[in-house]
Amino acid sequence: MAVLPDAATCYELLARMALIRRFEEEAGRQYQRAKAGGFLHLAIGEEATIVGTTSVMRDEDYLIGTYRTHGHAIARGTDPKRVMAELFGRVDGTSGGRGGSMHIFDGERRFMGGYGIVGGNLPIAAGLALSADYKGEDAVTVCMFGDGASNTGNFGETMNLAALWSLPVLFLVENNLYGMGTAVERHSAQTDLSKKAEGYGISGHRIDGMDVLAVRESVAEGIRLAREERRPTLIEAFTYRYRGHSAADPEVYREREEVEEWQEKDPIESFARRCVEAGVLGEREVQEVRDKADAAVVAAVEFADASDEPPLDTLYENLYVLDSDAWYAVDERSPEPHRGEHEGEMPDAARELAEAGAAYAAQQDDGSRPNPAVDGDAELGVEPEVSEEVEDIVPPAQQRRGES
Amino acid sequence: MREALRDAMAEEMRRDEAVLVMGEDVAVFQGAFKVTEGLLDEFGERRVRDTPISENTIVGAGIGAAMGGLRPIVELMTVNFSLLALDQIINHAAAIPYMFNGQARVPMVVRMPGGGGHQLGPTHSHSLEALFLQVPGLLVACPSTPADGKALLKAAIRDDNPVIFIEHESLYGARGEVPDTAEDGSLALRFGEAAVRREGGDVTIVGILKMAHIAEDAARVLADEHKVEAEVIDPRTLRPLDLDTILESVRKTNRAVIVEEGWPHGGVGANLATLITEQAFDHLDAPVQRVTGADVHMPYSRRLEQAAMPHEEHVVKAALAALEGSI
Repeated sequence: MAVLPDAATCYELLARMALIRRFEEEAGRQYQRAKAGGFLHLAIGEEATIVGTTSVMRDEDYLIGTYRTHGHAIARGTDPKRVMAELFGRVDGTSGGRGGSMHIFDGERRFMGGYGIVGGNLPIAAGLALSADYKGEDAVTVCMFGDGASNTGNFGETMNLAALWSLPVLFLVENNLYGMGTAVERHSAQTDLSKKAEGYGISGHRIDGMDVLAVRESVAEGIRLAREERRPTLIEAFTYRYRGHSAADPEVYREREEVEEWQEKDPIESFARRCVEAGVLGEREVQEVRDKADAAVVAAVEFADASDEPPLDTLYENLYVLDSDAWYAVDERSPEPHRGEHEGEMPDAARELAEAGAAYAAQQDDGSRPNPAVDGDAELGVEPEVSEEVEDIVPPAQQRRGES
Repeated sequence: MREALRDAMAEEMRRDEAVLVMGEDVAVFQGAFKVTEGLLDEFGERRVRDTPISENTIVGAGIGAAMGGLRPIVELMTVNFSLLALDQIINHAAAIPYMFNGQARVPMVVRMPGGGGHQLGPTHSHSLEALFLQVPGLLVACPSTPADGKALLKAAIRDDNPVIFIEHESLYGARGEVPDTAEDGSLALRFGEAAVRREGGDVTIVGILKMAHIAEDAARVLADEHKVEAEVIDPRTLRPLDLDTILESVRKTNRAVIVEEGWPHGGVGANLATLITEQAFDHLDAPVQRVTGADVHMPYSRRLEQAAMPHEEHVVKAALAALEGSI
């Protein structure tokens, strides 16, 4: 077991993990209240993997992740207020309400984005690493992705390219045992994911992703190899999400006991206990960490609530870079926009459409959420706690498992 | 044309250290169509990089490199292979600046040759301009002359937006005057500026890539054999599109013919015909005519392949139909 670092570091690790936990719990609640829309993928249970990783990264290092990255941004130092505002689709959100939960971004902190396409971030990670290498910079790129992404073509292609070009990149699989609702042993022929890049000359190993210190130790070494030896590695961190794949997941694919078993290994509780037992932190400090997280999340919700909706005339902003040194600009070309053409026509025609859309959205905004079981859409739906209706129509697969 | 494109890349690489070229067989092999000939010798392996056959990842790595401050030119061996990279092109390159609200830029050029006429059959003869034209966030260039090829490629490299740069395989050998831009590095051409290749008052013919040349050939036949003066326009870029120049011409001639090699449904011509109808309906004396590739996968047989592609006679016929159909 890794040695406990100094008190200040322990405090910081605990504080970041607790903040992410509280943030995610509150995000789930706000989703239930229909303050946040779309899909909501929570990382509750996965905090040690996230914080352990970012805690050994330098400011200049790049981090790139998936659609489950509220916590990654917060761990990187993004203000939770801005992340919450993004979930609310507001103007003060990390992407001004353009990206939503799946597309958090903070360029200043080199958090290079959450991405909604599974495996889509892998090639981009290679490119970021290439840019640093090309410019002779020290920055390392840390690319985090889920177990499901290890089956995409991008995985093999990117491992090959990273090894071939000796790129300063570290790949970290957050293996939470399920690609949406499909267990690893049902989606990957090689269940030891750390071995999946060996054929490309990238060595890998497995770690306990619930132990923040184990993650730190391993990631620090992976980053060192990338930085100093230009050697990419693949780390498989075992972790677990307590909630469903998205907030809309009725969780028919796993047993309640399994969730409870993992919760006993809770990354935050176990680390707090260890710090207290070793005398590095006191009970009072542990409580202080919780209180601060509570306060920060309350403030985040207040901030997001108070933030404005994006103005309709910004609909087309940032679709193109118009102020570049290059001499092309979309609106230079045609001062009188043509109906039906494209971005040149923007504000007026778009405003009409958007106003109609906003009026429609207001009508629908009664706080209700579609039910996946009733609507028959596996991705849309309700939280487990309102799953009574869901139980009435469980898919045959679960009925069989329940019976056996 | 191929030398003009190579010179554009070489000049920009000399001017800006951030410009690099990557793609399948671009370095040692010097490009499947020899467009990158000599670049490896001059700039070395750091800046001219052979890649594995991994289209989606090549483009994705280009995106990441661009986000990290470089200006990559990614060559996809042919347009057909770009279909393997559509996730990175559409879900990532085109979306990133918008979905991250301007915090990230993707100054990347994806070059790809396409088009039929070489008996390469169904998987190597596509014209997919319309597919890319549809995606907001992308710029789409389709040059038909060496001068335009060079100027537009230089412009594309300097642009901060992701550019899909479509070349036509039949035009690589095309010859033409290319203004010398190496001295002061200045650029002569903007995206979104159409070229009027020939002036005329009877009918407007719009053609892209190889079809820009077919349109000019047809205009000569129309003048010589039918006493019809056609105005020929090459848009040069489809996004942004210089609709003003096209509409101005249609207001003068009251008739329009659009020529492209791609499929008819949802094509470049379908889009342009709609725009003309929406915005110049009152000036039209006849329905807009489209000349497109056949609605089939490109057959291998030389006879069938030629039958599936637009030729000068089709354009002449369409122009005469527009004149006969006048009201």
